[in-house]
Amino acid sequence: MSTETIDKEILRGGQFLVKETKCDDVFTLEDLSEEQKMMRDSTKEFVDREIWAHWERFEGKDYAFTAETMRKAGELGLLGIAVPEEYGGMGMGFVSTMLVCDYISGATGSFSTSFGAHTGIGTMPITLYGNEEQKKKYVPKLASGEWLGSYCLTEPGAGSDANSGKTKAVLSDDGKYYSITGQKMWISNAGFCNLLIVFARIEDDKNITGFIVENDPDNGITMGDEEKKLGIHSSSTRQVFFNETKVPVEDMLSERGNGFKIAMNALNVGRIKLAAACLDAQRRVINEAVNYANERIQFKTPIINFGAIKAKIAEMATNTYVGESGSYRAAKNIEDRIAIRVAEGNSHQEAELKGVEEYAIECSILKVAVSEHVQFTSDEGLQIYGGMGYSAEAPMESAWRDSRIGRIYEGTNEINRMLAVGMLVKKAMKGHVDLLGPATAVGEELMGIPSFDAPDFSELFAEEKDLVARLKKVFLMVAGSAVQKFGPELEKHQQLMMAASNILIEVYMAESTILRTEKNAKRFGEESQATQIAMAKLNLYNAVDVILKNGKEAIVSFAEGDEQRIMLMGLKRFTKYTNNPNVVALRTQIADKVAADNGYTFD
Amino acid sequence: MKILVCISNVPDTTSKINFTDGDTKFDTNGVQFVINPNDEFGLTRAMWFKEKQGATVHVANVGGPTTEPTIRKALAIGADEAIRVNAEPTDGFFVAQQLAEVVKNGGYDLVIAGRESIDYNGGMVPGILATLLDMNFVNTCISLEVDGNNATAMREIDGGKEKISTSLPLVIGGQKGLVEESDLRIPNMRGIMMARKKALNVIEPVDAAKATQDAKFEKPAAKGAVKLVDNVDDLINLLHNEAKAI
Ligand SMILES: Cc1cc2nc3c(=O)[nH]c(=O)nc-3n(C[C@H](O)[C@H](O)[C@H](O)COP(=O)(O)OP(=O)(O)OC[C@H]3O[C@@H](n4cnc5c(N)ncnc54)[C@H](O)[C@@H]3O)c2cc1C
Repeated sequence: MSTETIDKEILRGGQFLVKETKCDDVFTLEDLSEEQKMMRDSTKEFVDREIWAHWERFEGKDYAFTAETMRKAGELGLLGIAVPEEYGGMGMGFVSTMLVCDYISGATGSFSTSFGAHTGIGTMPITLYGNEEQKKKYVPKLASGEWLGSYCLTEPGAGSDANSGKTKAVLSDDGKYYSITGQKMWISNAGFCNLLIVFARIEDDKNITGFIVENDPDNGITMGDEEKKLGIHSSSTRQVFFNETKVPVEDMLSERGNGFKIAMNALNVGRIKLAAACLDAQRRVINEAVNYANERIQFKTPIINFGAIKAKIAEMATNTYVGESGSYRAAKNIEDRIAIRVAEGNSHQEAELKGVEEYAIECSILKVAVSEHVQFTSDEGLQIYGGMGYSAEAPMESAWRDSRIGRIYEGTNEINRMLAVGMLVKKAMKGHVDLLGPATAVGEELMGIPSFDAPDFSELFAEEKDLVARLKKVFLMVAGSAVQKFGPELEKHQQLMMAASNILIEVYMAESTILRTEKNAKRFGEESQATQIAMAKLNLYNAVDVILKNGKEAIVSFAEGDEQRIMLMGLKRFTKYTNNPNVVALRTQIADKVAADNGYTFD
Repeated sequence: MKILVCISNVPDTTSKINFTDGDTKFDTNGVQFVINPNDEFGLTRAMWFKEKQGATVHVANVGGPTTEPTIRKALAIGADEAIRVNAEPTDGFFVAQQLAEVVKNGGYDLVIAGRESIDYNGGMVPGILATLLDMNFVNTCISLEVDGNNATAMREIDGGKEKISTSLPLVIGGQKGLVEESDLRIPNMRGIMMARKKALNVIEPVDAAKATQDAKFEKPAAKGAVKLVDNVDDLINLLHNEAKAI
C-alpha cells in the first residue's frame, strides 16, 4: 500500500463536474512504477503463454481448462493482488489491481469474466465485510487459487432489481445455522467454484443478507446445466439451486440485512474493474485488425490505405486511449482516498470500503463508457476483417461476441447510467457536492450577455479545456433545471436521466483524456505526444456531438417557451468551437501512426 | 556452488530496427528491451541449480542505468543478487573484460553466459571471458549437469551433439536446450515484490580497451514487388532471362 504523503488535491467523488482538475493531479498509465510495469509484463506474458496460445480450448467451452488456468494465475500471484498480505495476498494498491484486470483481458472474455468473478465479486465481499475469522479461514485459499469463488445475487425474478430476491435463510431452532433455500441464476464460475457468496432474505426483512457458503453437493446445493451463451464460451455460467443448505451462523457476512449494501459495494469495485477488463481486449483487437489491414490487399493496395479503414482504426485507438485515461485516473483517486482514510486511523477494510464508495459515480461512468467502447472496437475490428471477420476461425468473431456481455452484467448500462446521475443528485442534495451553486451561476450566465472577446487559445489544449468547462455547464444547466422541475420525481423521467448521464459520461472521459495528454506533453514534450493530442481532440469532438444531441433531447423534453429557447441557446454557446478541428486530418494522423507501429502503442 | 549468469539487455525480437548518427548507432527510441533469450535459458537453468542443489545465483550486466528493469526481472525470476557494471557495452572484448573482473572478485564456480546476444550477435563474450579467466569452456551448450566439482555438458555440433565431461570452474555459452521455452518462468507477483528488496550493486568499470569500432550499420534491402506467374514455362523463362538465376 502506498504510504507516500499526498499533497496534491484529490477530488471527491463527482466533484470533477464542478471543480477544475490540474493535469499534474491526474494519474496516468505513464505514471506506473517500475514494479507495476513488471507486474503488467508478467500478466501479459501469462496471457500470451497460458491463454492466447490456447484460444481454441477457451472457444471450445473447455470449462475445466478455465479452472486450471485460473489456478495457474493463482500460482503466479495474480488472484491475490488486492488481498492484504496477512491473508495471503500481495496487498497491492488499487492501481495495481486495475492493471492486472486490464492486461488479463487481452485474450478472451471467458477468462477475464472468470477472473473478475473470482477476484472481484467472489472475494471482495469477504475482504471488505468479513470478520477476522472469516477472512483467515477463506481469503488465503481464494488468494492462492486453491479455491475458486462465485457470487450468487441474481435470481430468475431478481435481476436489476437485485434486492427483490426470494431466496430464504431460516435460522435453525438451536440457533446454530441458517438453512438456505432458493434459486440463483447466471452464476459465473458456478461449474467449478468451491465457495459461493450467497444473498438470501431472513424472514420478511426489507433487505437481503449475505452468507459465505462452501460448495458441497451433499449440503443441498445443485447446479443447473451450463448456459448456452452468445459469447465468453468457457466462462462457466449456471443456475445454482439451494435446498435447505445449512450454513453455520458464523458464516453470515457482516450483519443481518446488510446484504444489499455488500452486494452494491462489491459491484462498485466490480464496475471499475470491468472497465479495466475491457481495455486490453481492445488493444488486442486493434493489434490484430491493423495487422490484417496492413497485409490484406484489395484493389492492389493494403486496405489500411483506404480512408474508410483509417477512420475505423483511429476511432478504435482513440476509444482505448480514452478508456485508459478515465480508468486509471479514477483508480488512483480511489487508492489515494483509501490511503487518506488509513492515515486518519481507519482500518484498511473500512478505508477501502469508503474509498470505493466515494467514487461510485465514476465507477458507473467508466463501466458504461468502456463496455460500450469495447463493443464498438470489436465491431469495427470485425468489419476490417470483412468476410474473415465473420469466420469463427479468425479472432474477431469471438472478440465481438465476448464484448457484448460487458453491457449486461455488473449492473446493466441502463441501471448504471441512472445510478451515475441519481447518485450525483443525491450527493448534491446532501451537500457533498455543490451542484446547485454552479447550476445557478450557469442560469445567470445564460441571462447575461455573452463575452465577445476573442479568447487566446494559443497554448496546447487551451480551447479544448475551455470547451470542457463549458460542457460541464451543459450538464449543470440540464440537470439543475430538471431537478428544480421534478425534484425527487426526476428518477421517473428515465429518458431524461439517460440523456443527462450521456452528457456526464462524455465530460468525464473527455476531461480525463485531455488531462492525461496535457500532463504527458508537459513532461515528455509535445512532439512525443502528437498522436495522443490528436486522439484527445478527436474524442472531444465526438463528445461534443453526443452532448449536443442529448442536451437538446433533454431540454426539449421538459422546458417550453422562453425557458427552452434560452437553454437551447445556452447549449449552442456551450458546445461551440472557435476553431473547428479537422477531424479527417486527426483520424488520418492517428491511423497512420497505428499502422506504422502495426499496433496500439500508447499504453 | 556459486553461479554468475551474465545478462545482456537486448531489443525485443519484434522491435523495429533503425539507426542514427549516420547509421553508426542503434536507435533505441520506442524499443522494448528484454533479457537476451540465450541468457534467459541460462538463468532458468541456474534457478534449477538453486532449487535442486542449493546454488547461489547472481546476475551481472554491463550497461547504463536504463538496463535496470531487465536486471530486476532477473531478480524477480529468482536470482539472489545483481551486479551492474556501469558502462556502455561497447564491444564483446570490453564486456568480457568487465565480466572477468566481476568473476574474479566474486569467486564464482560456474559462469553462464549466452552463446550470443540477439542484438549484435557477436558471440564473443563467453569465449573471451573463459580465456581471460583461464577457466574451462563449453560453447553452444544445450545441457548441463553438475555433480560436486564435475560437470557434464552437451554441446551442439554440426549435425549432432557432443557430450563433454569437464570440471568447475567453468564458463558456458548457453542456448535453448539448457531448458526449453516452456520452462521459462514468468516472474510471479511475490518475486516482483521481493526483487525490490534484493541487492542490485552498481560498480564502476575497470580500464579496458575496446577492440572494434562500428563503422556503419545497414538494413537488408526491402523486399521488392512480387510477380505472380501462371505456369511453369513462364516461370523458367523469367528465372532464366530476367532474374538470371538459372
Ligand atoms: C454471462 C452472465 C454472467 C453473469 N454472472 C453473474 C454472477 O456471477 N452473479 C450474479 O449474481 N449475476 C450474474 N449475472 C446476472 C446479471 O448481473 C444480470 O443479468 C443483470 O443484472 C440484469 O438482470 P436481468 O438479466 O434479470 O435483466 P433485467 O433486470 O430483467 O433487465 C432487462 C432489461 O430491462 C432493463 N431494466 C431493468 N430494470 C430497469 C429499470 N429500473 N429502469 C430501466 N431499465 C431497466 C435492463 O437494463 C435490461 O435492458 C450474469 C449474467 C450473465 C448474462
